[in-house]
Amino acid sequence: MQRYFKTIRLFWSTAFASQLEYQLNFLIELLAMLGTLLGSVFILSLFFTGGRQLGDWTWESALVIQGVYTFLDGLTNALLRPNLTEIVNYVREGTLDYVLLKPIDSQFWLSVKKFSFAGLPEIILGLSIVFWAAIQSGTTFSIYSLFVFIISLLIGFIILYSVWFLIAASSIWFVKTWNATEVLRALLAAGRYPISAYPVILRFIFTLVLPVAFLTTFPAEAILGELKFNILFFGLILSSLFFIFSRLFWKFALKHYTSASS
Amino acid sequence: MSFKVIKTLLTTQYAYMLEYRIEIALWALSGVLPFIMFSLWSQNDVGNSFGLNDIGLARYFLSAFLVRQFSVVWVVFSFEEDSLSGRLSPYLLQPLHPLFRYVASHLAEQATRLPFAIAIAITFFILNPSSFWLPSLPQLFLAYLSTHLAFTIAFLLQSLVAALCFWTEKSSALERLIFVPYLFLSGLLVPLSAFPSNVLKVAMITPFPYLINFPAKVLSGMPVDIFNGFLAQILWISILVPSVNILWKLGLKRYTAMGA
Repeated sequence: MQRYFKTIRLFWSTAFASQLEYQLNFLIELLAMLGTLLGSVFILSLFFTGGRQLGDWTWESALVIQGVYTFLDGLTNALLRPNLTEIVNYVREGTLDYVLLKPIDSQFWLSVKKFSFAGLPEIILGLSIVFWAAIQSGTTFSIYSLFVFIISLLIGFIILYSVWFLIAASSIWFVKTWNATEVLRALLAAGRYPISAYPVILRFIFTLVLPVAFLTTFPAEAILGELKFNILFFGLILSSLFFIFSRLFWKFALKHYTSASS
Repeated sequence: MSFKVIKTLLTTQYAYMLEYRIEIALWALSGVLPFIMFSLWSQNDVGNSFGLNDIGLARYFLSAFLVRQFSVVWVVFSFEEDSLSGRLSPYLLQPLHPLFRYVASHLAEQATRLPFAIAIAITFFILNPSSFWLPSLPQLFLAYLSTHLAFTIAFLLQSLVAALCFWTEKSSALERLIFVPYLFLSGLLVPLSAFPSNVLKVAMITPFPYLINFPAKVLSGMPVDIFNGFLAQILWISILVPSVNILWKLGLKRYTAMGA
């Protein structure tokens, strides 16, 4: 276990050193992030014109959802995208062989090799919005609600990771999975708004098929102290299933890996 | 440029694109954002506040989806790859501006995309039968024209960023700075008539509303100032063409043929 922590530390410190070369990139990411946030909050505000509510969410509590979304988007940009979009290159160039030969779990290696520090401001800003908006909507935090919030964020992240990893792992068969991740990104954008704002059929899909609700709506309910215990329980089971499935799928995919150029 | 060159470019690029049908189908599917937004606006009865009933909203967002399908641009990504891998050098030696090669591959990709876009539109009509409409022939022609002009503007805007490849290795990162205002000001997420008037004024001095909002309104048959819309589109093109030309020429002087 300690070996894994040490590996992460080494990976991320080299990532930090190599990214210092591209400081302009960092600035661009920051600008793009601020623009995106500004735009999304503006679009969200259009739903509330004339004193309306969005699927029984008030303006402040809907902002909590935006915060959770920003936080997860930051994690995606920092961790999921840089690592998981590389898998296809390892497959294509045959360098996956070297990864598989290393005395460390290959899924672990592929998932944490890189860390893009440009995602860090988004993560921090996302969390700040969550707490600021929660306070604005008159929430008082307790140890219990913070604990439930952290657990539900974890549930959300594990589901997000597993779905990303499943698509990335399918690159063992299909060399171009970039477009599939674009479809995923487009669908995940639905998480910017509370699940109760959608028509019934989409609510069903976004809870059970592609569990967007577990990514943003439920963590937001957790910090607002409104999350029902059975949803948390169901989320724990669902995220475990997603994670186990991603591991099994990776083992299965590796059986079909024939290596390029050999 | 002779007719023969155009024909050869288009047919080879089309043959090339046909190889990637599944990818292109997925890519077509990744444009679902207008549908997600449609479900939100109609479910929450917001449409009325900007003068659109459910049917109007449905038509607008389907049109926005279609316009997006045929005006999507990725030239900066191809160009960056070609420039970094040194593939650009042989292109530059040919008696044909390299950008035309990318124009041809975009048009070929649009042709490959057409059946998938139609399939998605039919699915949409099955799910929302009341929103079905067939635009009249002149309307269809004007929508076709304005979508092509929108594509031209988007292509030129991205070429401007692509030309920066001559200066920096990662110009595709700069594309994000165009994409973000495009996303919110083009009308992909909400018809621009929903904007408060001061935001609308700012939006209208950018090229973005003419990329989705204007062609989508024409296609869906919403009341729209056709003359001024086309005028603005042509104006933007006439500003962007010389800009791209100048930047390209300046950049070419700095080209060092990376990787070759």
